[in-house]
This record gives sequence, C-alpha cells and structure tokens, in this order.
Amino acid sequence: MATNARTREIADHAREEVDAWFEASGDKGLLRLLTCGSVDDGKSTLVGRLLYDSRLLLDDQLATLESESRKAGGEGGLDFALLVDGLAAEREQGITIDVAYRFFATERRKFIVADTPGHEQYTRNMATGASTADLAIILIDARKGVLTQTRRHSFLVHLLGIRHIVLAVNKMDLVGHEQARFDEIVADYAEVAREIGVAGFTAIPMSAKLGDNVVIQGPNMAWYQGPALLEHLEGVAVGGPSAGIAPFCMAVQWVNRPDQDFRGYAGTIASGRVRPGDSVTILPSGRTTRIARIVTADGDLDEAGTDQAVTLTFADQVDCSRGDLVAAAGGANVADAIDASLVWMGEAAMVPTRPYWLKLGTQLVSARIARVDAVVDVNALEDRRGFTLRLNDVGRVRIDLDRPIAALPYAESRALGGFILIDKATNATVAAGMIGSFPETAAAAQIHADRIYWAAGTDEEDRAARASRLQARLGLGGRSAFVLGEAEMREGIGRDLGGDATALARRAGDVARLMSRAGVTIILAVPVPDGFSVPGSIVGPEADNARPVEDWII
Amino acid sequence: LQSRPAQSETACCALRTPPAPTSMTHYNLSHLEQLEAESIHILREVVAEAARPVMLYSIGKDSAAMLHLAKKAFFPAPPPFPLLHVDTGWKFREMYALRDRVAASSGMALIVHRNPEAERLGINPFDHGPRHTDMWKTEGLKQALDLHGFDAAFGGARRDEEKSRAKERIFSFRSASHRWDPKNQRPELWSLYNARKNHGESIRIFPISNWTELDVWQYIHAEGIEVVPLYLAAPRPTVERDGLILMVDDDRFPLREGEAVVERSVRFRTLGCYPLTGAVESDAETLPQVIREMIAATTSEREGRVIDRDGGAASMERKKQEGYF
Ligand SMILES: Nc1nc2c(ncn2[C@@H]2O[C@H](COP(=O)(O)OP(=O)(O)O)[C@@H](O)[C@H]2O)c(=O)[nH]1
Repeated sequence: MATNARTREIADHAREEVDAWFEASGDKGLLRLLTCGSVDDGKSTLVGRLLYDSRLLLDDQLATLESESRKAGGEGGLDFALLVDGLAAEREQGITIDVAYRFFATERRKFIVADTPGHEQYTRNMATGASTADLAIILIDARKGVLTQTRRHSFLVHLLGIRHIVLAVNKMDLVGHEQARFDEIVADYAEVAREIGVAGFTAIPMSAKLGDNVVIQGPNMAWYQGPALLEHLEGVAVGGPSAGIAPFCMAVQWVNRPDQDFRGYAGTIASGRVRPGDSVTILPSGRTTRIARIVTADGDLDEAGTDQAVTLTFADQVDCSRGDLVAAAGGANVADAIDASLVWMGEAAMVPTRPYWLKLGTQLVSARIARVDAVVDVNALEDRRGFTLRLNDVGRVRIDLDRPIAALPYAESRALGGFILIDKATNATVAAGMIGSFPETAAAAQIHADRIYWAAGTDEEDRAARASRLQARLGLGGRSAFVLGEAEMREGIGRDLGGDATALARRAGDVARLMSRAGVTIILAVPVPDGFSVPGSIVGPEADNARPVEDWII
Repeated sequence: LQSRPAQSETACCALRTPPAPTSMTHYNLSHLEQLEAESIHILREVVAEAARPVMLYSIGKDSAAMLHLAKKAFFPAPPPFPLLHVDTGWKFREMYALRDRVAASSGMALIVHRNPEAERLGINPFDHGPRHTDMWKTEGLKQALDLHGFDAAFGGARRDEEKSRAKERIFSFRSASHRWDPKNQRPELWSLYNARKNHGESIRIFPISNWTELDVWQYIHAEGIEVVPLYLAAPRPTVERDGLILMVDDDRFPLREGEAVVERSVRFRTLGCYPLTGAVESDAETLPQVIREMIAATTSEREGRVIDRDGGAASMERKKQEGYF
C-alpha cells in the first residue's frame, strides 16, 4: 500500500511537472532560419553550439557527440562542428553537398535551421533553404570582413523575401576582440545592404568556438551591449502587423466527399482570416459563395487564419476543385502571364519558348518563358543581357501561361507568389520563381470583364433602378456587387471632366477595370455614348424581367 | 472595399528595388500547431496527386502520430488509403494487439504483408542476423509495394533521427528497383512539392520530417494518442545479452548458457522485433514520467537547471549502459 501511494505520488508529481513544462512551452512559436557563410567561416561550429547549448539536445545525440569528439581526437573538448555533418565526411560518403535541416529548441521557441554548406550548387541550395526561412544568419570571418560571397548571400536572402538578417561577425577572438574591427565590418556591410535594398540588420560580434555572444555574453567583449545570438533568435518578432489585414486566400488541395451530404474543400490558409458567413470568390472562375462551416477534426471553428489546415464548406453548390483559390474580395490577381524572378536549378539550361509545368499553390499549368529581361550577376549585383539561364543563374523573365492562374506578387505572399518550374520530359524541378508583377494582357482583361456590368437606360433614374435590381439579383446568387452611380462619377472622380460623356464613360471603365482586377464585381450606372466600346457587358431593359435568377448565378 | 493596386504600372522589379519584405504571418500558432498543419498539408498533397497511396504503419509512436494526423487531414472522411504493416512475425505481442485495435477503429483497410520466401526459409533474428531484417523488412516492403501497385508510401521517419535523414526530402523518390539516390534529389521550396513521377518510380513521403522526438511525445501527450504500453515502464521478463536488455516476449526466445530470465522494470524507446530491441531500465510508468526522463537527461548536464536532480545522472548512466546503436 505504502509503495503504491508513493508510486502514485511520484507519477502525479511527474505529470504536474510535465504539464507545467508543456504549458510554459505551449505558446512556443516556431522560427525557421537559414545560415549562410563561406567554407571555414565557422558555420558548423556555430550551428553545433546552438544545438548543444540550447537545453533540449537529446541525450542520445549528446552521447554520440562525446564519442565522436573522442574519436576525432580533440583536445578533450567537444567539437561542436561534429554535431552537423562535416564537409569532408559528406564528400567521403558521396552525399551531395545539400540542404540539411537541424532542430533545436529552448523554452521560448523551437528552431528549424536550414543548413546549406559548400560552394557547389550554392545558389540552388540557398534558395531552397531560404524559401521557408523567416530569418537568415549571414556569417562573416572577422579577419576577412565583407566578401563577394557576402553580397551574394545577402542578395539571395533578400530575393527570397527574408527580412530578418543577422550579421554574425565570427572569430572575434582572432582579431583581439576589437570593437574597431567590428565597427568597420558593420559599416562595410551597411553599404552592401543599402545597395541590395535590405531595410535593416542586426550585427553581433561573436566567437562560435569559444561561445562568446552565441548563447551567453561572455567576458571578452564588454563593449558590446546588445543581445547574444540565441537571445535575439528567441525574441525577434516574425509575422508583422499585417497579420489579419491581408485578404483571406486558400488554395484548394483536395475535395472531401465522404458521402452525398458532405462536400468540403480542404486546404491550408495562405493569408488572412475566415469566418462562417464570409463571402468568398472562387478563382480563377470568379464564382462567389459564402462560407458555411470551417470543419476540423477538433470541431467546427468560429474563425481560422494563416497557416491553419482546414476544410471549408460553402453555402451554395458552386463548382470548385483542386487548383482553385478561395479568396475574399481583392484576395488575388487572375493572370495568364507573369513577370518573375527565376533561380535556375536544372542541370540543363533553360530553353526559351519550350513548355514547362508551372506549379503555384495547388495549380499546375503549362508555361513558356516568353523572354529573358535580364540575367543578374549575383556577385557584382549587375544586370547582364542573356537569352537563357543556366544552373545557379538568377534572371528576370516574362512567362506566358496556357490558362489563367490566381496568384499574388511574391512580396505580398510567399504561398501564392512563389512557384516552381518542372521539366516536362524528366519531371525534375528546374527552377524556383517569384512573381514580381502581372502584365496586362488581353486574356486578363477579358477575365476581369466578367465582373463589369453597365446598366443601360434612357435616363439617370432608369439606369439607377436597373443597377439596383441587378445588384439584388447578383446578391441572390451569392455574388456581391458594387454600384457606381452617375452622380457619384460626375461629382466625384469625374469632376474635372466637365460633363464630357465619353471621357466620363472612359474613366468609369478604368475604375471598373481596376476594381474588377481586385476581385470586385461592379455595376456602372453611367451612360454609354453610342459607338463607345466598354469593358464588360451592357445590361438593357430586356434583362429586367426576362431572365431567370439562375442565369445570374455564375 | 479592399482594392488591390494596379500591377501593370509597377514594371518588373528593377534590380535595385527588389521585393518588399514578405509578411510571414503565422496566425499565432504554437510550434506543434504549425508542425501539425504542415503535416496535414503534406498528407493532402499526396492524396490529391498520387494514384495509389498507402501508409506504412509500424505500430511505433511515430506511426501513431502520423496516423492521427491522417485522420485529422481527411476528417470527416476516413483517410482514403490503406495501412500497410510489413510484418516479420517477431514483433512484441502488445504491438500486434494495438495494431489490430487501431486498424479496426480507423475505418481503414489493414494490409499485413509477410515475405513468403522468408517464411519458407524460417528466417529469424536468432539464427540469421542481418538477413532477418533484409528479407523480412526490406524485401518484404518492396514485395508489398509491387504486389499492390502502390505509387506513394507514407513513412514516419524524422530528420532529427539520423544525419543522412537530415538531407532527405519530404517527397523522396525511389527508382523502379526501390533505390534512393541521395545525389539526385529534387529541390523542395516553400510548401510546393513536385510529385510528378517518371515511369516505374514511386515516392516515399515523410509527413513528420520536421518533428523531433520530443515534438512527437508532446503531441501524443497533448492529443491523447494511444501508444503501445511497452513505451511505459513495467516489470517485464528480461535477459541481458551483448550489453542489451532484451525482453523475453514468448517461448521462442532460446536462452544461452548461463542466462537467466530476470524481472526488471523496463521501458522501450523504440519498438521493433522483440529479440533485437533493447530496453531501458526505468521507473517511468506514465507518459509524463517518460517525457520527464527525456527532458531531465537533456538538461541536467549543461544548464544546471535540473528538473530531476536525483534521476538526471542516473538516467544518463542508464543511457550509456543501453549502448547507443
Ligand atoms: N578561433 C576561432 N576559430 C573558429 C571560430 N569558429 C570556428 N572556428 C574554427 O574555424 C574552422 C572552420 O569552422 P567550421 O565550423 O568547420 O566552418 P564551416 O566550414 O563554416 O562549417 C574550425 O577549425 C573551427 O574550429 C571562432 O569563433 N574562433
């Protein structure tokens, strides 16, 4: 009995302790980071030390490290670089120098480190590691200072959209821990950052080998007042104030139909938030509906947001399948051509005009590189002319798509602005792309024209009435529309036109085009002069009664 | 009205005005919630793109977590693929019991494959050394995949398990002869997976690649996922052999001279064929206690912040006895 009670007491105690620990780490966020540096800058030593000094290195990894350090014949100390693969060992094993992922955690955060050693395939590997990273550590050997490589790394990190940069000035012990040297390097780097367009960075002087300013401050650089690296990594705020402001977007991955009664659209929320009752548009088709439920295995949700994997059901039976984007108004662009930056990763050079598969979100379309606008010399940070892209080249291109996709510029969304190109013959992933902007094309104009209506009529009142009837009908079909009246046009944005009807119609058309591109359906109650060609369709008196509601449900 | 500014005016980014910072807005998800969402995304991608997916179910804690994630990914439907257990006939009895229970309640088909050739030759862990694993597990898996024509198989491997795994892709391709070519892996960017196969190729997909051992335990604890009781300490009949503590799970275990079956309080950190799986001496009878032993072992040495001042060093000692393999 006594032992049972004692056992139970121990068990309860353990449960409490673990619960407390879990609770403390329950709000623990996840930070994905990338380390960049040239060979021998001390990258392995730094990552190894972070792994070791963070509190949650598992005992089996520790045992391995101890035995390997002994085998390697170190002077008794632990060789932290052994925690991550040594370059030599990798070469011996014949494993390609490649991106490896490491994990460590503190009580405040879990970290996933993309580790990209070596020169070979450097651009390709760095781009891969950077694509998911929130933060990059750029390593510098204090003796060598800012090198060509440093510019290259910084350019790629910035290109891939990382906005938190740590400049780790390593091996401070080899320059006598001198502040002057550190300041000089920081000033040099600030110049590089300015050239590239990096808004800001955090510089930390350190010695990965001795541990100064990696996890703890250490006594050697009293002149440095800032945080140690780990403290910075634990505290840096990723995910900015734009959370929740970006319009809702979710790419449909899979349609869940267990039976006749349930039809759910499964996907990961790319941006924004969603609630039951929200009206959404299915892109690229432009059909609209409302969210009925947000289904998860843990029960329906009242709201879901960015990065959550959910299953949505709609209020109406709308046509929607894998590859479609469910978006709030203004959520995404629909385009059949894109201007983008490409990082070429294929062994074979890019062949202009040859079709590749383009995968973006869950959309797969056939794509051709229509033209190469520039090949970027990543070292000199200069543009060159060129007709193709080779392995590890970065270029800016125009890409034509064989059908429209819904997407966003990469600067606004990694999930809906980043894409890969796949070789149709070998199925290899040959390029990573980042959308810069969307050129206006005939097809794009036509897509948007689906959202523009002109209410015809003899006088202003007639047109206004027709517009509001049309608005009501569209509303019945779950499609909300915005009415722009004649008076608003004349007294508002058309005030300077002095009653010129053609100019007024032209301006109304321009406004409609802009709004339609933002996903808004617009009804213009503005007179259309004879012979004037407008975007969208004109709705005349015959539409008022003749057409059944169903016709308007697109 | 949230209108998006016109795009056509912004000519393609000039070099010196690269993209504005990308907002990485994680909806205040905890690290486990983010890992869960990532895994669910991966599971769904495979189901959407593969012709005949299957989930390799090895009955261990990683399989348990992976299966739980699959149930969540496809809810309210059951996961739309079968479970495949490549059996050797030498698993712990408690593993078989859990396997059958889990399969029955999952709404999924369970395929158990046993290599008929190994069966015929009577391949066993006591007499055949490495051949046991080769024939039952490696060959058995290939046979099963070929037999059923599965083109995509989910596995519960994690990148923190081993150095070479740290480089393996989440979507990892195998040739027609099931070989992995580490030199020829596809770059994996963002959460975009290229699942297009060449003729004869198949894919192994590792949805919990980015989870650590501790993440898996924390998730099992938080979600109340059932695991084989062997992960918890209990008095069990054991034999010490070649530096390992082995459990005598049935009467097929031949004792060597001088060996005696001793009852010890042990638990297992990994589960496989019982004659090949070493136990750890432990008193951790509950999941929290097991987790505490893991954390204690990792924190006591360096930080001086000891959760378990009494057990820390002892647990490290036990670890060393176990002999890391
Ligand atoms: N003195 C000194 N040596 C360092 C420091 N960091 C790394 N090293 C040494 O620099 C060499 C290269 O380090 P390693 O981590 O392998 O570099 P990597 O090629 O960038 O991964 C090794 O001999 C390290 O011990 C440091 O802060 N100070």
